[in-house]
Amino acid sequence: MIPAVFEYERAGFVDEAVELLGRDEEAKLLAGGHSLIPAMRLRFSRPSLLVDIGRLDDLRYVREHGDRIAIGALTRHADLVGDAMLREHCALIGEAAALIGDPQVRHRGTIGGSVAHGDPASDLGTILLTLDAEFVARGPGGERAIGAGAFFTGPFETALEHQEVLTEIRVPKTAGTYLKHVRRAHDWATVGAAAARVDGRVHVGLTSMGPTSLRARTVEDALADGATPADAAAHVAEDAMPPTDASASSEYRLHLAQVLVRRALERM
Amino acid sequence: MTSVALTVNGSRCEADVEPRQLLVYFLRDRLGLKGTNVGCDTTSCGACTVLVDDESVKSCTVFAVQADGSEVTTVEGLARGDALHPVQQAFHEQHALQCGYCTPGFVLATVSLLKENPNPSETEIREGLEGNLCRCTGYHNIVKAVQAAARAGA
Repeated sequence: MIPAVFEYERAGFVDEAVELLGRDEEAKLLAGGHSLIPAMRLRFSRPSLLVDIGRLDDLRYVREHGDRIAIGALTRHADLVGDAMLREHCALIGEAAALIGDPQVRHRGTIGGSVAHGDPASDLGTILLTLDAEFVARGPGGERAIGAGAFFTGPFETALEHQEVLTEIRVPKTAGTYLKHVRRAHDWATVGAAAARVDGRVHVGLTSMGPTSLRARTVEDALADGATPADAAAHVAEDAMPPTDASASSEYRLHLAQVLVRRALERM
Repeated sequence: MTSVALTVNGSRCEADVEPRQLLVYFLRDRLGLKGTNVGCDTTSCGACTVLVDDESVKSCTVFAVQADGSEVTTVEGLARGDALHPVQQAFHEQHALQCGYCTPGFVLATVSLLKENPNPSETEIREGLEGNLCRCTGYHNIVKAVQAAARAGA
């Protein structure tokens, strides 16, 4: 399967990418390409212009930013897995990145590309939502920060405007855990569950349980009211809209989610 | 068309390519390097694994234009004259192949794995090669070959 014809430009810096995106309403950014290229090969996606930002190595970093950790959007999954600062301050990101795809995929795929793709099956999307991460985007009007709660707007849709480039993701220093059920090694999550302590509360997030990564707010409220992990996890059905597809039925996903949420909470 | 200049198996190569040309087809059809196989064509099986700047990638999921300026290594670039690369030698000695279709991908994935982790445990080998599928299910000898290559200091 070969993608449809497209024009190709490589951006040397972020503002050049912003300008190039402005040339064509059907333009798309190319980072690692490990979500976009398969979609183009299946012709689910047919951009007429690809703006390649894969060489913007100044967006490939993990560093402290005040009391948070800032992750450059082009940081690759393999970088996240081995990063010492993340291991110390926000270990679940590296632990979850190690569960994405396989080594070849992790060598190319980027955190920014993964979340900008807006896939409800994205492990990192769920984790960043659970952590209440902040997404920094640069567009023609300058830079703005988007809260995680407003970032994921629908299946394969985010709050990013057409000409905006996601440049950085900021996460709190905290402890958490992510559990993922897959049918085969290197599959997408049938279901994933994240739990993390943020601002004195336990946040819970779900992968592949609705049109976007989701927060399980009823579960969180039950926990805040003193429920046990098992009792809190029983509320998952109130927070999720699990789809039925080739890998699992809605009912099976709900069962998995309750089990994974309980286990994640027991590890907190 | 877009101009690319890259180094493949140590040789510099310049070409004009369609942006949509995937690296695997560039290597096979333009350069005639047919050791890199196309298997699933969907980023799953790893038969098309090559090294880009010393890291394993699935060349069915990389455009040739993305490899511009990079060093690419295919299975043809591993041996030194008549001397097989230690990973090739280990696959040969441990009979880590049956039909052989997945073998170039496994060899290059192993080269990348051993660069990142020179002494992997059996679990680390199996997880490190999870992106490569052997339809003959010959995994047992593949793991033995990786262990042998690690002992040989590959």
